Amino acid sequence: MNKRDWLARYRNDTERTVRFSTVSDMELDPLYTAEDVRPDPDRIGVPGEFPYTRGVYPSMYRGRLWTMRQFAGFGTAEDTNERFRFLLAQGQTGLSTAFDMPTLMGYDADHPRARGEVGREGVAVSSLVDMRALFHGIRLDQVTTSMTVNCSASAVLAMYLAVAEEQGTPWTALGGTIQNDMLKEFIAQKEWICPPEPSLRIVVDMIEFCAREVPRWHAVSISGYHIREAGSTAVQELAFTLADGIAYVEAARQRGLAVDDFAPRLSFFFNLHNDFLEEVAKLRAARRLWASLMRERFGARDPRSLRLRTHAQTAGCSLTAQQPLNNVVRVAVQALAGVLGGVQSLHTNSLDETLALPSEGAAMVALRTQQILAEESGVTNTVDPLGGSWAIEALTDRIEREARAYIEHIDGLGGMVRAIELGYPQREIAEAAYVYQQQIDRGEKTVVGVNRYQVPEERPLELLRVPLEVEERQTERVRRVKRERDGARARAALARVRAAATSGENLMPPVVDAVKALCTVGEIADVYRDVFGVYRDPAWL
Amino acid sequence: MALSTRPLRILVAKAGLDGHDRGAKIIARALRDAGFEIIYTGVHQTPEMIAETAMQEDVDAVGLSILSGAHLTLFPAVVEELKRRGAGDVLLFGGGIVPDEDLPPLTAAGVARIFTPGATTQEIVAWVREHVHPRTA
Repeated sequence: MNKRDWLARYRNDTERTVRFSTVSDMELDPLYTAEDVRPDPDRIGVPGEFPYTRGVYPSMYRGRLWTMRQFAGFGTAEDTNERFRFLLAQGQTGLSTAFDMPTLMGYDADHPRARGEVGREGVAVSSLVDMRALFHGIRLDQVTTSMTVNCSASAVLAMYLAVAEEQGTPWTALGGTIQNDMLKEFIAQKEWICPPEPSLRIVVDMIEFCAREVPRWHAVSISGYHIREAGSTAVQELAFTLADGIAYVEAARQRGLAVDDFAPRLSFFFNLHNDFLEEVAKLRAARRLWASLMRERFGARDPRSLRLRTHAQTAGCSLTAQQPLNNVVRVAVQALAGVLGGVQSLHTNSLDETLALPSEGAAMVALRTQQILAEESGVTNTVDPLGGSWAIEALTDRIEREARAYIEHIDGLGGMVRAIELGYPQREIAEAAYVYQQQIDRGEKTVVGVNRYQVPEERPLELLRVPLEVEERQTERVRRVKRERDGARARAALARVRAAATSGENLMPPVVDAVKALCTVGEIADVYRDVFGVYRDPAWL
Repeated sequence: MALSTRPLRILVAKAGLDGHDRGAKIIARALRDAGFEIIYTGVHQTPEMIAETAMQEDVDAVGLSILSGAHLTLFPAVVEELKRRGAGDVLLFGGGIVPDEDLPPLTAAGVARIFTPGATTQEIVAWVREHVHPRTA
């Protein structure tokens, strides 16, 4: 029986009076069949081969499980170092660092704008002294580390390199990732120092420097996570992320780098929201679309340049403050979508994250969720078990097609930097976020415990509290560093950073020297503010 | 003179360094759709900047959004800055990731209402309609 005849029968059957649509509001057919999937077996292919729809490696999780990389950071470097060691002792396989807002925005703990924010949303790192404490007792050649930091990434990476050197680890032995994706900051996360053009220049400096000096390092992690958290649809998340990737590749090529010399070290970071099928399809579409774009547009030949390798994190915005234990279930479903979507690295959120940073107990449940998926669920026994599902393949095709249309629209605007200046992706996201919120407020989309199945009284959770004294201690520490360091050496080092910023020579070598001279994140960012100017939020509604 | 019929003016503001503006933008838009006149500051505002804008724009209320955990510092600082400018009667409300036990100190500091995760736009619009009144010049 063909699909049309079947649909005639379906219409005589009962159907609930709801819209059968994804989180991103894509309406699905009641059934997908072979008729819905383009009859081109090479589009699906096999794992490890172009276009990588079924995974970037032949053996995937049979060869190596994904890296379990829980994002952690709060208080002082010592507090976070303790959490790192706890997570490693519990079987975590990579580190991931959350910095506080002042560090992320390029302010030291003693800056007036840091008031109330030091160590509160991540770990406070102002100088090399803090970075040493953060990784104390952790051999940097034994772990890979991810650092979520963007506009101040140059200073933070420089500190990590300096700590490695002090440990006797050559830079060539360092593996890890620095997020350093400035374009999505303007689109979604809104942590910046200077305007888009100079921001992009610093990103390219880091891509160039790492390709030469830290060859196993990912100098940029092209991130859709924050785009989705800001309220985008799945298609927008994919399209804007890949459009950002295109902009980085173009900028690096304009610098004179050959695509196959840096593209193998580009990595990605996607969100895992509630809609299981949509998320699996999004990840599969992402791989196929990136591989095609790299070939078509940039003539990449090295297979490693074509492979979209990605970290993923379950959706913080999907968690609820109401009945927070339910979040454990949401996270498990989202994480399963990541695993069946073929991610290389995964963070699972803690159940208490709508209320505070994760407590130790909540962080452990989150890590255990990944271990249960990896070692109990059986889904790692065969590669890409959902490949060939008509629904999954049809959805993968559709997401790819719609994302490609967005990318072409951005091309038409003059590329992503121009699109950002016009406010295009920002407005698209705000619109999608508003529509979604209205659907929840009207009860058209269910959020369990919030707009359905509420309970009147809730039992409070034990939350992690970061004491306000952390701010005083950290402020005093950075003041002491500035007081006690070799002032002449620090001033000379900052002058060299300024000279490079002005002349256009690569910023990283002088920034590395500056952090070794105990110049701070805030001081280096001040040079950027001075030379490149400060970006202000256009505050579009 | 008859009572002014101008719509109520509300400043929606993002205080501190956090860039999470999804909530602030949704609330701004919901209030605008409900007939209020909305001024949105954009992200990364200091308490001084927010109070200054509130004065210049002659608003009747300020809605503050903070998701960075700095609410215990920044909410009272905005209250102080408004008072310093003789605008202590501007109604201040807010929203964000605020644990229950932080609500009493914020109320004591003069914040009229804090909306926490799960609040609907209808609930917020209804509260604003009921509690925000034109400031008497």
